[in-house]
Amino acid sequence: MVGRVARFAGGDAPPSDGAAARAARRRVRGRALAIGLSVTPFAVSFGAVSVATGLSLLQTCLLSLLLFSGASQFALVSILGAGGSLGSALAPTLLLGVRNALYGVSVRRLLGLPGWLRPVAAQVTIDESTAMALSETSSGLSAYAFWMTALSVYVLWNAATLIGALVGRGLGSLSTAGLDAAGPAAFVALLAPRVRVVSMRVVALVGAGVALLCVPVLPAGSPILLGGGVAALLAVVRR
Amino acid sequence: MTALWVAVLVSALGCAALKQLGYVVPERVVAHLRVRAFVDVLPVALLSALIAVSTFATGTRLMLDSRAAGLLVAVALVALRAPFLVVVVAACAAAAGVHALVG
Repeated sequence: MVGRVARFAGGDAPPSDGAAARAARRRVRGRALAIGLSVTPFAVSFGAVSVATGLSLLQTCLLSLLLFSGASQFALVSILGAGGSLGSALAPTLLLGVRNALYGVSVRRLLGLPGWLRPVAAQVTIDESTAMALSETSSGLSAYAFWMTALSVYVLWNAATLIGALVGRGLGSLSTAGLDAAGPAAFVALLAPRVRVVSMRVVALVGAGVALLCVPVLPAGSPILLGGGVAALLAVVRR
Repeated sequence: MTALWVAVLVSALGCAALKQLGYVVPERVVAHLRVRAFVDVLPVALLSALIAVSTFATGTRLMLDSRAAGLLVAVALVALRAPFLVVVVAACAAAAGVHALVG
């Protein structure tokens, strides 16, 4: 499906386009597909953990269709699964989605969209589509890269979520299957590329430390918001 | 409506609204260095708090159990740049193994 739509979009190119331009678009499509495939293990894990946490198949799939942001989705089911209240689960989930708003500000000029397409673009403005759009500014293929990546990730993310949810139904309780370690492992994989510099490592340690100190004295779930919030605020004030 | 449905719908609509916000907010709002810096560090701070709590807490109690083994394996494999699937499956297997051994 990705390939067919890609060819269709490629056909929109002006007739003066040569073989080099076609090759450039083919390269972008290949990268978009690879990125889509690379997120599928994350979606499968999310689907399995979500269902094992107690969300229904429908609820799990709706999160991938509507929320469509891996870190937020995993945070929500992880906190709910650990017995966190509604409010304590929602706050970190929404805060993890704040970066997508900043991505929108960065890519919207590159896309040059008519008004009616903006809500569609916004819904698929995530880490992957933004990174691809920004990396293709010199080739002039930013918009093409954005849409191909968005399409590839959206389709594969949702298909993989469904597969994971079906797998999760077959697994027993979170603990015996070791699935309670899937959340932390997924978060480590998401965190790693963001803590290459020392200052970010300090933020991470403060966030984890404050959160753990709060565990015995605050309701379940809220230590995450407090640890994360304190660490982020300290990092900004210190500058 | 159950609490789970509220959680699913509010988080989904809230995160979708944040994405829409990125296409309507004036650029000068995010031109502030502190806003940008805060948005930059926010995922790091929240993800690390999530890792700590989802590994070492059960409700309001601090615990050291099979999840810590999973975390150790995950950190080691991420440091070795293993693919995501390998990281998660190995972490779950380690946690399940320790859980079976220790009970």
